[in-house]
Amino acid sequence: MEAQTTYNYKVVRQFAIMTVVWGIVGMLVGVIIAAELIWPQMSFDLPWLTFGRLRPLHTNAVIFAFGGCGLFAASYYVVQRTCHARLISDGLAAFTFWGWQVVILAAAITLPLGYTSSKEYAELEWPIDILITVIWVVYAIVFFGTIMKRKTSHIYVANWFFGAYIITIALLHIVNNAELPVSFLGMKSYSAYAGVQDAMVQWWYGHNAVGFFLTTAFLGMMYYFVPKQAGRPVYSYRLSVVHFWALIFTYMWAGPHHLHYTALPDWTQSLGMVFSLILLAPSWGGMINGIMTLSGAWHKLRTDPILKFLVTSLSFYGMSTFEGPMMSIKTVNALSHYTDWTVGHVHSGALGWVSMVTIGSMYYLIPRLFGREQMHSIKLVTAHFWVATIGVVLYIAALWISGVMQGLMWRAVNADGTLTYSFAEAVKMVYPFYTIRLVGGVLFLTGMLIMAYNVYKTVAGSRAVDDAAIPAPAGAHA
Amino acid sequence: MSDFVSNFWNLWVAGIALVSVVGCGVFLWAVSIKRTNAKVETTGHVWDETLAEWNNPMPSWWIWLFYITVVFGLVYLTLYPGLGKFQGVLGWSSHGQYDEEMAQAKATYDPIFNRYLKQDLKTVAADPEARAMGQRLFLTYCSQCHGSDAGGARGFPNLTDKDWLYGGAPETIEASITNGRAGVMPPWGPVLGDQGVKEVANYVLSLSGRKHDANLAAAGKPKFEQNCVACHMPTGTGNQALGAPNLTDNVWLYGGTEAKVIETITKGRNGMMPAWKDFLGEAKIHLLAAYVYSLSQGK
Repeated sequence: MEAQTTYNYKVVRQFAIMTVVWGIVGMLVGVIIAAELIWPQMSFDLPWLTFGRLRPLHTNAVIFAFGGCGLFAASYYVVQRTCHARLISDGLAAFTFWGWQVVILAAAITLPLGYTSSKEYAELEWPIDILITVIWVVYAIVFFGTIMKRKTSHIYVANWFFGAYIITIALLHIVNNAELPVSFLGMKSYSAYAGVQDAMVQWWYGHNAVGFFLTTAFLGMMYYFVPKQAGRPVYSYRLSVVHFWALIFTYMWAGPHHLHYTALPDWTQSLGMVFSLILLAPSWGGMINGIMTLSGAWHKLRTDPILKFLVTSLSFYGMSTFEGPMMSIKTVNALSHYTDWTVGHVHSGALGWVSMVTIGSMYYLIPRLFGREQMHSIKLVTAHFWVATIGVVLYIAALWISGVMQGLMWRAVNADGTLTYSFAEAVKMVYPFYTIRLVGGVLFLTGMLIMAYNVYKTVAGSRAVDDAAIPAPAGAHA
Repeated sequence: MSDFVSNFWNLWVAGIALVSVVGCGVFLWAVSIKRTNAKVETTGHVWDETLAEWNNPMPSWWIWLFYITVVFGLVYLTLYPGLGKFQGVLGWSSHGQYDEEMAQAKATYDPIFNRYLKQDLKTVAADPEARAMGQRLFLTYCSQCHGSDAGGARGFPNLTDKDWLYGGAPETIEASITNGRAGVMPPWGPVLGDQGVKEVANYVLSLSGRKHDANLAAAGKPKFEQNCVACHMPTGTGNQALGAPNLTDNVWLYGGTEAKVIETITKGRNGMMPAWKDFLGEAKIHLLAAYVYSLSQGK
């Protein structure tokens, strides 16, 4: 029964390495399309290199390939270690790894070829949707099966968040991708919903993809790696209970704020706005719990770049979860909607929060999976931290400026009611800020390349750990 | 018009929304009143050898922030629509806001535009202030096709030259904007065949003195006279009543290379200028027509 006394590190290792690989790919595509916005001729008149086709590839690659592999790695590692139990099935776990890689490859091929269901963050066509559903169900079986055979009496807080994310993503994916296939080889389907209902289902999905994939799940990551790296207990159990339930409950309502001032009925828009504002405190609960966990260990921040990554990610998390509710207020939204401000907001979450917490967690995880004390070079981790931080700040600041400027230019009117600026004038004004954004993106990508080198040096010549013994749970109730 | 097919759904939405907002506050209250011991301890559970949790109370500023958002939500749902059919005590609706803003804009701006309606187009075109207003309207509504400088693009006429498809008189320009234009050239490929199209194309090119094959052009001439003169006239100078372009002036809407002319003759063309009557109204079109007219008048 060797298998029952050790952890399954193999699948964690595979996902951890692919997190770095897909991070580079996804961010590289992001840098390419940021450059295309400045030099549109970069598509060389090839349809599969145009912004419209590469943009969904970028979003899918960073969210579901980079973020997804990071979450698989973290959740499989955390659920085993905090349940003191091996994953219930090595075969099913391996299936989720290989299946997920097939989904990513299928996305990387079909999106540039122009196959799309045209739903944002759910562009993949129906055969891939079905494959995702199967993998996700298997993922749920592996995760919850492992929870069920845990040796600890209580379920650790990180697993609540991972569990909520796995269940909700299944629900969101299936409901939003309900579609009528009309062609297999043509990869074509039509949505089961029409008109404003379709829009509402899409943004119920879209905002909860942010809420459960990019927030809840990464909070699960945070709740393990922050206390571990800081060597301190989680700040408040009670806060984690309240903010967990409040977060998953209120997020469900927030979607309509993506459809302010549209054909969506007024009452739906109002509810979306009200619950988006109520979402502020539950979101911040996670930030407080993460940052306060460091009380008594603040000095470690000076020397430990992994903690720097984790704490900075929580700061960006707090900032973007404040910005989000503010942008959901209708009068603010009237200015911000359809501008670069939205794009900047998303990236303060995606780069500042999601990427940083993932990178920090991978720097903790990868040496342990390969039998090393720590990463090959701590100096390079520190360098990665600074390059990435400067990159995010440049990126967000540039798009704040260009976004607010766009919003103000679009609404400016002359004394006779005519528009002060033609659309093309507003386009012209954003070029300098697009350049700053590109520089920010290149810096962030550079950080990932530093990480890749460091990971390579850490992994090369080391021993893959497949015999990590499962310790007996602490007998607190003995 | 109600958004609900029956009162059940109205109550369903209103009830769930209200219970949910209030429920957030009640849940917070219920958890926060449980006092912890003065001494903060961990919960006693340990995972993965070192992971534990303090039993700290929730920060009070955070609890208050949470309450404030819940209260704000309730106030907002009292004032604005959100609870099913209930319109909110302010009686606000997005349609109402739109109508109000449009009425206000109409009251403010219409007199500014209307005062030019009484003047004829040439007088308006001579007024620099009116031309500036016309240009601003042009940049908003027309520049997408005709270009910011009104210089046009392939398929979209240049408005700054003296070459007019439908005529350059101010009233004709106004008519073009008001009712739109549909410039249809039928496809001649099936009638003329590849060789016939090539011959006619070379004849057309010869009309404006462009490089062409004289033999092909000579063969094309009778075919042109047989098929094309009804619209383009025997001289090839076109017919503004139909919007048939002048083929002798070396201005090419769809390109003047041999290949492009062959494409035009083979497949035909469908030029489409939308009608702006309903969207912009008479007064704005008057200013636009004057502005467009002024573009080709020189200084």
